[in-house]
Amino acid sequence: MSAASITVSETPLVLYTLRRADDALILGHRLSEWCGHAPMLEEDMAMANMGLDLLGQARELYSYAAKVEGKGNDEDKFAYLRDVRQYRNLLLLEQPNGDFARTMTRQFFYAAFSDLYWRAMMKSRDATLAAIAAKSEKESAYHLRHSSEWMVRLGDGTDESHRRVQAAVDDLWAFTGEMFAVDDSERGLIDAGIAIDPAMLRTPWLATVSRVLDESTLTKPQNEWMQQGGRDGRHSEHLGHLLSELQSMQRSFPGATW
Amino acid sequence: MVTIAANDSDLRQRAWDAAAQVVDPEIPVLTIADLGVLRDVAVRDGRIEVAITPTYSGCPAMNMIAVEIEVALERAGFRNSKVRTVLSPAWTTDWMSEDGRRKLKDYGIAPPQAGGGRRALFGEQQVACPQCGSTETEVLSEFGSTSCKALWRCRSCREPFDYFKCH
Repeated sequence: MSAASITVSETPLVLYTLRRADDALILGHRLSEWCGHAPMLEEDMAMANMGLDLLGQARELYSYAAKVEGKGNDEDKFAYLRDVRQYRNLLLLEQPNGDFARTMTRQFFYAAFSDLYWRAMMKSRDATLAAIAAKSEKESAYHLRHSSEWMVRLGDGTDESHRRVQAAVDDLWAFTGEMFAVDDSERGLIDAGIAIDPAMLRTPWLATVSRVLDESTLTKPQNEWMQQGGRDGRHSEHLGHLLSELQSMQRSFPGATW
Repeated sequence: MVTIAANDSDLRQRAWDAAAQVVDPEIPVLTIADLGVLRDVAVRDGRIEVAITPTYSGCPAMNMIAVEIEVALERAGFRNSKVRTVLSPAWTTDWMSEDGRRKLKDYGIAPPQAGGGRRALFGEQQVACPQCGSTETEVLSEFGSTSCKALWRCRSCREPFDYFKCH
């Protein structure tokens, strides 16, 4: 590793934008790990397609963060030259793919949130974030429909598929609370109408999740303790491994292009 | 559309016509004008500035389309043209021209349903087979060979086909 990490001036708007960009990049990368390995060709294409949507969202958000920061960083530097403690994504999204049931559960929990989130963000007073939201909202709707259908198929499928998807729901549940958390740096943006208050999305999110879990014959976990830390750079061990793969080229051959 | 000086209107029209000929590299029967990807052509200080909008956030064809526009303008005699991407208003399949829908169907891709906004996503969809016209069709995969398409199959003629998704 020879390329050094960049420094980032995390003003509230830069930090806010980077957090959403990191969400999209990390989940998109996780989905790309299935490429060539999915249980069937249609799902191989589906996950690559959704990963591409997320990568596109990440690029728009990183480019905007770079513009707001105005320190000469760009989308590639944000993606390739920040270390694990500088990443601001939700812990849920860096969790390993596991089996297909686990990947779909992670996708479902996030899509049920992002669909609501981007629709609400279309009303942001920040014109760029509102424009990115208007595109992302349509894409999220497809991601939600796709993963909801798989929850039902797996949950109400065979004993084995039910067992696996219930285990994934139980394991990933504690990571869902972070989606609705707000810290001081975001509070000011919410008050200014630039960001939306995610706490408002919790009830409709729970309604969607409960409805789909019911239809899937799955049990909603009762534990209310939630794991947090990703938004502040405190990650699970999994993110470092992911970044070592994602960043290896630019770290080893700084500025490499093709 | 940007208001431009009257003496620039011929230039602008010639530039529009040149840019409008560029085709989607993944669906070469459709031009970027048919798709609604070409949003604006303006003349600024004698230079042509073209605005395009992506179909999907991650559409990999956008870079290629931008290069093709510059080449098309160069061939039409416009030097140093500039292509910029605009995100707002967000592209929708409702912008696809009638001509574009017909060309898509003739090419074997079921065109998106007009007015099929986001809500149509979660309702019943009836997609006609582009080969035999039957509406006895079923979805095989929500995600197809490109971001903008889903894979369907006709139960009447048994042919699989691409469906351009509503967006």
